[in-house]
Amino acid sequence: MTSLYAVTVLGHDRPGIIAAATDGLAGLGLNIEDSTMTLLRGHFAMMLLCSTEGASGPVGPRDIEQALAPLTADGDLDVAVRPVTDEPTPGTGGSSWVLTVHGGDRPGIVSAVVGEVATAGGNITDLTTRLAGDLYLLVAELDLPAGADAAAVEAAIKAAAHGVGVTATLRAAEADDL
Amino acid sequence: MSEADSDRLAAWTEAELDLAGRVLEVVRAPDPVLATAGARVDPADPVWVQLAADLVATMRVSPGCVGLAAQQVGIAAQLFCVDVSAHPKARTHHGTFVLCNAEVVEASRNDRAREGCMSVPDFTGDVKRASRLVVTGQLPGTGEQVTVATDAFEARALQHEMDHCQGLLFLDRVAGAHAVHPRQTYL
Repeated sequence: MTSLYAVTVLGHDRPGIIAAATDGLAGLGLNIEDSTMTLLRGHFAMMLLCSTEGASGPVGPRDIEQALAPLTADGDLDVAVRPVTDEPTPGTGGSSWVLTVHGGDRPGIVSAVVGEVATAGGNITDLTTRLAGDLYLLVAELDLPAGADAAAVEAAIKAAAHGVGVTATLRAAEADDL
Repeated sequence: MSEADSDRLAAWTEAELDLAGRVLEVVRAPDPVLATAGARVDPADPVWVQLAADLVATMRVSPGCVGLAAQQVGIAAQLFCVDVSAHPKARTHHGTFVLCNAEVVEASRNDRAREGCMSVPDFTGDVKRASRLVVTGQLPGTGEQVTVATDAFEARALQHEMDHCQGLLFLDRVAGAHAVHPRQTYL
């Protein structure tokens, strides 16, 4: 039976983290099925979903942690491994949107705006926030359920954004079918 | 659109305004003026004629700047200047010009490209814009209405500046959560 694990690596950035992590996983015969990595203000953050398909024998969370132990030896990186189930998100039949929020930085911007998305039954599928000087920027991709009143959702988001002193734009996500 | 309009715009220079432009400070996000839609202007009003000269003067001294809107110097008005003539991505271009109360007449053939902005100096973003564009607007001073067709980089610059006049930044049009990038090089 194929097992799926989520491997999270967090900590101080340095060259070679991805090479070391994937080398450890490859040594166990694990197959990386999905991954994301970014730097958050210089802090390394990565999550990989890897399956045991192709592994030469049974692989458990402890085996993966041991294989990645060299990463944590210096004490500036944390590795976490947890089993997950393979649950691809089913299509909702709704619509996809891109939300941009920008303005002066202050606490509470994200919660105020995404709260309106949640109230509308929307699901955020990707999110980036950035801070440069005084400018706070949020760009999110989200799905609204079928039948949602997008204009009303946009109005609610704009009102919430205005309440925390920022501006918001909601646009339909464009996909080019070639 | 007419060839005469295109020639008229290409022949226009700030010398027609017959006054010296002043170099103004360029405002940066999150200044609220950048999120404020501009009012229509009277292109013959001396206030806006002066601003037209100021925008060109400020664009001239700003490295890499190919366009500047009124919002970027702190004034919510429908007025901007453009000059992409020295840019390698430009195909059709009309030199330096200023348009008041510009509106899109036709837009087609969308293209995605990475944009930056003097008012958002720390980010660039991937934005889809029409690469074939017909725009109408008025020239400052005389108030002549011109309708001009353009393409490629000048079309992108026009749409970017017209967005400023409506209180929109390129950030409001980025393609998705991974379409905003920290700027790597500063001009």
